[in-house]
Amino acid sequence: MSVRVQVTSVIQKVVNGQRELDVDGSTVGELITNIDARYPGFAEQLMDGRGELHRFVNIYLNDEDVRYLNGKETPLSDGDTVSILPALAGGAR
Amino acid sequence: MPISVYIPSPFRRLTADREYVTVEGRSVADVLDALDQRYPGFANLVYDRERKVPTHINIYLNNQEIHDLQGTETAVSDGDQLAVIPALAGGAAGGGDGRAAPANAALTPEEVMRYSRHIIMPQVGPQGQRKLRNAKVLVIGAGGLGGPVAVYLALAGVGTIGLVEFDVVDLSNLQRQILHQTKDVGRPKLASARETLTAYNPHVKVVEHPLPITSDNAMEIIPQYDIIVNGADNFATRYLVNDAAYLAGKTLVDGAILLFDGQATVYKPGSGCYRCLYPDPPPPGLVPSCAEAGVLGAITGIVGSIQATEVFKQILGIGEPLVNRLLLIDALSMEFRVMKIRRDPSCPLCGDHPTVKELIDYDVFCGSSPLEVPVSARA
Repeated sequence: MSVRVQVTSVIQKVVNGQRELDVDGSTVGELITNIDARYPGFAEQLMDGRGELHRFVNIYLNDEDVRYLNGKETPLSDGDTVSILPALAGGAR
Repeated sequence: MPISVYIPSPFRRLTADREYVTVEGRSVADVLDALDQRYPGFANLVYDRERKVPTHINIYLNNQEIHDLQGTETAVSDGDQLAVIPALAGGAAGGGDGRAAPANAALTPEEVMRYSRHIIMPQVGPQGQRKLRNAKVLVIGAGGLGGPVAVYLALAGVGTIGLVEFDVVDLSNLQRQILHQTKDVGRPKLASARETLTAYNPHVKVVEHPLPITSDNAMEIIPQYDIIVNGADNFATRYLVNDAAYLAGKTLVDGAILLFDGQATVYKPGSGCYRCLYPDPPPPGLVPSCAEAGVLGAITGIVGSIQATEVFKQILGIGEPLVNRLLLIDALSMEFRVMKIRRDPSCPLCGDHPTVKELIDYDVFCGSSPLEVPVSARA
């Protein structure tokens, strides 16, 4: 299951500056684990120590927030796009 | 039946500066239609949405106002002269004296001219322009986002623009903050903001709120305005403004930027809020500020212009607001994407069983004090 993952802003640092990655995974959780294997430290940007998704980082499957799907268990299909969006505060004061 | 029509100066840009135009028609309405056919957009200047001649425009057939005759149904005959005369507000001919016009006053010829590119659009028209003039919009922060928002609101003739800002202009602001210039370094941002906005448009009333917005003052400031625009630079202020706007029943036009990324959305009370999107703030230090990570100057213009556009739509009641949609902008790929936002039934503010019923201590909520950040380090 190859999925396109788009990461914004600060998360890009963890994945070697890339903004898009193609990753295999049958669920959102598996996808995160697979990215973390390639880029250690990735998972801790998204989840706390107990494996719960942070509430200040949103993960979208296509245009839908996975919190309203099945969270980390949300199944993925070939060609899906997963977007990872941490909250931004900048108003550039 | 050829009828000669006097065109007032503010409308003459449509008629290639012709003062008198001769058209055919059997009634005043015929003549106005003929004018619109020859000079598209003319009807928008003389008719409101109900296709009535608004009260601020008088039409004279020879020397009689048509309301005293049969209105636009008044018959006209060969050799008649028609004159279209927009009313002047309170004797302020020219209107350039910087005083705000009374709420229901007609647009002055100067205003009709100044805003003609807006007024000519049927979605705006003279009524829309008066709505803009009567609108009160609060902009949180006179920095990167607040700048383009406030400038475009001022240019469009939004009558009252409130600015919440306590900072002074720093040299490092000038890479993106269009309200301030090199000569303003060291001055209060509100001073240069007022100067810039009133130089662009002397009709606009700029209300200064020279304080950080806090739980103590937010419910005094926010209810004075129709629409709130968020250009805050820290999470504590973002959650505070979100909660206060919701509790005051105000629409919040939100925007945020970092690096090459921008986000924008509109929260209408009852359609979800910032807490539905991000229930908790990140721990202090995890998501860097623009000062720490940097920000592309021009992205402030993109996101700020989008926020100003949403305010404009909101005031005029046109289009589809950016509600329940999070617009994501990636300047590097120049891709705009839209994600869904929902009202979260478990949201502590706007959910089914709210627990946040008044403003809280947002510095505690976010685990840091935004005011402890040194001025020179701010993004």
